Amino acid sequence: MYKIDKLNELAKIVAEKRAENAALEPRRMTAEEKDTLLAEFHPDYRQDQFSVLGAGVNKGGKVPTQLAELLQGKSRINPADVDLSNPDYDTDVLIIGGGGAGASCAIEADEAGVKAMIVTKLRIGDANTMMAEGGIQAADKPNDSPAIHYVDAFGGGHFAAKPELVKKLVTKAPEAIQWLNKLGVEFDKEADGTMITTHGGGTSRKRMHAAKDYSGAEIMRTLRDEVLNRGIPVIDFTAAVEIILDENGRAAGAVLMNMETKELLVARAKTVVISTGGAGRMHYQGFPTSNHYGATADGLVLGYRVGAKLRDVDTLQYHPTGTGYPEQIFGALVTEKVRSLGAKLVNIDGEVFMNPLETRDVTASSIIRECTARDKGIETNLGKAVWLDTPMIELIHGEGTIEKRIPAMLRMFGKYGIDIRKEPILVFPTLHYQNGGIDITDECATTVENLFAAGEVAGGIHGRNRLMGNSLLDVIVFGRNAGIYAAAKAKETAVPENLTLEHINKFNAELSEAGIDTGKVSPMLLPHYARKSK
Amino acid sequence: MENMLNVYLFGKKYQVPAGLTIMTAMEYAGYELVRGCGCRNGFCGACATIYRIKDKQELHACLACQTEVQEGMYVATLPFFPLVKQIYNIEEIKPNEQIMMQLYPEIYSCIGCNACTKSCTQELNTMQYIAYAQRGEYDKCAEESFDCVMCGVCSSRCPAGISHPQVAMLARRLNGKYIAPECGHLADRVNEINEGIFDEKIAELMAKSVDNVEEVKDLYNHREIEK
Repeated sequence: MYKIDKLNELAKIVAEKRAENAALEPRRMTAEEKDTLLAEFHPDYRQDQFSVLGAGVNKGGKVPTQLAELLQGKSRINPADVDLSNPDYDTDVLIIGGGGAGASCAIEADEAGVKAMIVTKLRIGDANTMMAEGGIQAADKPNDSPAIHYVDAFGGGHFAAKPELVKKLVTKAPEAIQWLNKLGVEFDKEADGTMITTHGGGTSRKRMHAAKDYSGAEIMRTLRDEVLNRGIPVIDFTAAVEIILDENGRAAGAVLMNMETKELLVARAKTVVISTGGAGRMHYQGFPTSNHYGATADGLVLGYRVGAKLRDVDTLQYHPTGTGYPEQIFGALVTEKVRSLGAKLVNIDGEVFMNPLETRDVTASSIIRECTARDKGIETNLGKAVWLDTPMIELIHGEGTIEKRIPAMLRMFGKYGIDIRKEPILVFPTLHYQNGGIDITDECATTVENLFAAGEVAGGIHGRNRLMGNSLLDVIVFGRNAGIYAAAKAKETAVPENLTLEHINKFNAELSEAGIDTGKVSPMLLPHYARKSK
Repeated sequence: MENMLNVYLFGKKYQVPAGLTIMTAMEYAGYELVRGCGCRNGFCGACATIYRIKDKQELHACLACQTEVQEGMYVATLPFFPLVKQIYNIEEIKPNEQIMMQLYPEIYSCIGCNACTKSCTQELNTMQYIAYAQRGEYDKCAEESFDCVMCGVCSSRCPAGISHPQVAMLARRLNGKYIAPECGHLADRVNEINEGIFDEKIAELMAKSVDNVEEVKDLYNHREIEK
């Protein structure tokens, strides 16, 4: 039951039309309809929310205003204050970030026989990977193929991705699933071993593999366990605050900061991998976020300051179904799997207003339209939202389906007295994913020598919109890929000499020449949620 | 006027608005969290918390990000707990009873007090999954423990010193790798890819993506979608 009587009343309308709505097969939008909808309602199209960069390799490019402030912010350190001559850590491959990509990278680098080390500002596994609920794509069924997966991913991303990255993503996908399974990751399977797969928004085949609705958690905790079993050093509560270069301008380590004592440390490495994840905690355009606490765009800042080119950073993913109510879980992710299993999106009148399995950008825009221009949203103290009719799942698949397939959702709402088996839930888009990032090659190399990037921080894989299940896939495929190539490069690289932070002075000079002073220090490291005014 | 509640963070009294979670209440009180805060969505186990309501006997455990504050709540967070994680090579171990005996023998010292189950922040039947582990029934242990976020509260309450989340982690890996049925179509597809049977088709798509994107758009907009 909802604590607000009005919501219980409105939910009755949804219940009355449930059987009729469940039987509907809402039509898909045409390409033109989608384009118009996006231009009018998608947050990426709100020009006043973006700024043009005046310094750095992407000078002239457009990025969200808050990100521009950080990219053009001041370093946390003064180069003169850091002694680079006596490193605290020496390793072959330095991996910044302990999420799915960083952990996969570490395992492959270790497998290749080089010394790998992970630094992470929180704990290994405190990452968006841990929170991915719905699943991971791979074209491994007989009616599917990597080519079909390619068309879905490239088209879903508005034909803006780098073809060689999409190729890698889709052709390495089955192997990624196999690799995980061999590490002991559990997947939902039939008794004969056949993978239980469903649709995601924008997929043309049912290729979403899952481990209930803890898919990312199951993957992340297994990768973490494997990293620990291999004895790979994990330096936790230690953030990278600046990349170090060698005398030839190649990446050669990082300046680290203990998050608790603020002590500065120096790590020297032959190659460096940035796998710091996304930026949901930037709360672009005031949106709530489904992201973990540390998603503050640090990797983009670290890379940008040493000259790594970025791409598509003006495009963000707003997950269509963030929690719209209650306030305690406002913005938290309601997995797309809820819609994969048959729940439809319904407005205040009980009408199904779209096919629930359009791509995320289209679905989010459609929900925003329903709540604004069409005024068919449901008003709560937190703003407007639409219904996601979860009881429809059990109407279609039978009782017990929700507990078995989406237990995390049942638990999350259950804590606030809402039984998603019996009552519909309220959803509104939430900031979910950074579609772009550091520009990489299909070997995860950035435009700076010996600097690699993988996972959400990298760009070019998903174009301007990512499909559900392609992010867990991305972190595994490209995390491993970065490990393989960063290890190979480390093997042919001598221990770097004459380390320098001169790039900071250079960047500062460029900023003052351009007359830019954003007043910000970056990377941000953590959001500022403590109440200041009393 | 907001409805304000009295909560005691590490024993110190603060007034916070009703409706906050323990985590947001701490931030309302002015804490800049570094420890004890991870995903903020109930998946990572970073914010294990123990609380007691003023003048009540019962001790509760929860995740701070998933629990609403109550009047008179005495809160202590448990941002880290020293779980024992044994090192093993997943390729070399076997899913037999001996492996648990070898790596986590303390599970056989369980006295059946059920404190683990009572304190589970995910409301799992923790003692039951340990019982499955004792008997080598790793598939059942994996299923029963599946929603574990490894926060460690169970272990903090265990008189036998068991690291339940790590026992369950081992059981799930054994189950995922050795016990659950193998997937035939997955192995087939990996082989097909390695044999290069999709190479030509993918190369064609890649070339069109650069030279003739209209054709790819047409393919995308008119592709058949599985029912």
